[in-house]
Amino acid sequence: MTTSEDPKKAKIAEYIDQNLKQVFSDLEADGMPEQITDLLLVLRAQDEAQKAKK
Amino acid sequence: MSDADPRDELVTHLPALRAFALSLTRNRSTADDMVQDTVLKAWTNMDKFQVGTNMRAWLFTILRNNFYSSRRKLNREVADVDNVFSDTLSVKPAHDGRMQMMDFKQAFDQLPDEQREALILVGASGFSYEDAGKMCGVATGTVKSRVNRARAKLTELLHLDEDDALELTDSATMAVVGSPGLPS
Repeated sequence: MTTSEDPKKAKIAEYIDQNLKQVFSDLEADGMPEQITDLLLVLRAQDEAQKAKK
Repeated sequence: MSDADPRDELVTHLPALRAFALSLTRNRSTADDMVQDTVLKAWTNMDKFQVGTNMRAWLFTILRNNFYSSRRKLNREVADVDNVFSDTLSVKPAHDGRMQMMDFKQAFDQLPDEQREALILVGASGFSYEDAGKMCGVATGTVKSRVNRARAKLTELLHLDEDDALELTDSATMAVVGSPGLPS
């Protein structure tokens, strides 16, 4: 037996999740800072250098 | 058998990893340091990653362990928070929609770290309760409890249980969530 509160709770949970997804999507779109892209370049260069040695 | 280098896959998870770091730390500088540490650890320990398992979960786990370890070392619960949420609205929806989203971000910001984390993992990132529990090193029931408490707190802060609250916010929410041009 469901109560009249259940659909309301489900609607609130859906509202919260929709907003959470939007917050997360906004954060994902924030742009990758140079310090992280630079780190990837260094790590890739190190890997390439090691492969070349072998 | 694929020869794909898992390091190539790692790069594809970086926006989500940084979003997770921002939502945990609420501070860009700290979040970026954590992402760098995580990338470095993952890159140098890639042989420990089990191909075929969920790399995003693996990366999120490294990052959150780093976060809680740092928090313990600093022996403080209160983070150095900047206005990371209110700064990141990528589009400018109608005024009401924007205000609603700001309210939501401010309320979300008030949740304890563990509850914010549980909501992001389950509500925003789509991990199951079981997977989120494994990532956080707690029982599935603990994650469920954190998510429920977080939702209850947001409901209270945003007055969502008032009879007309969602009717009033639905059009505003759709103005934000339904905006064209948003990243998927």
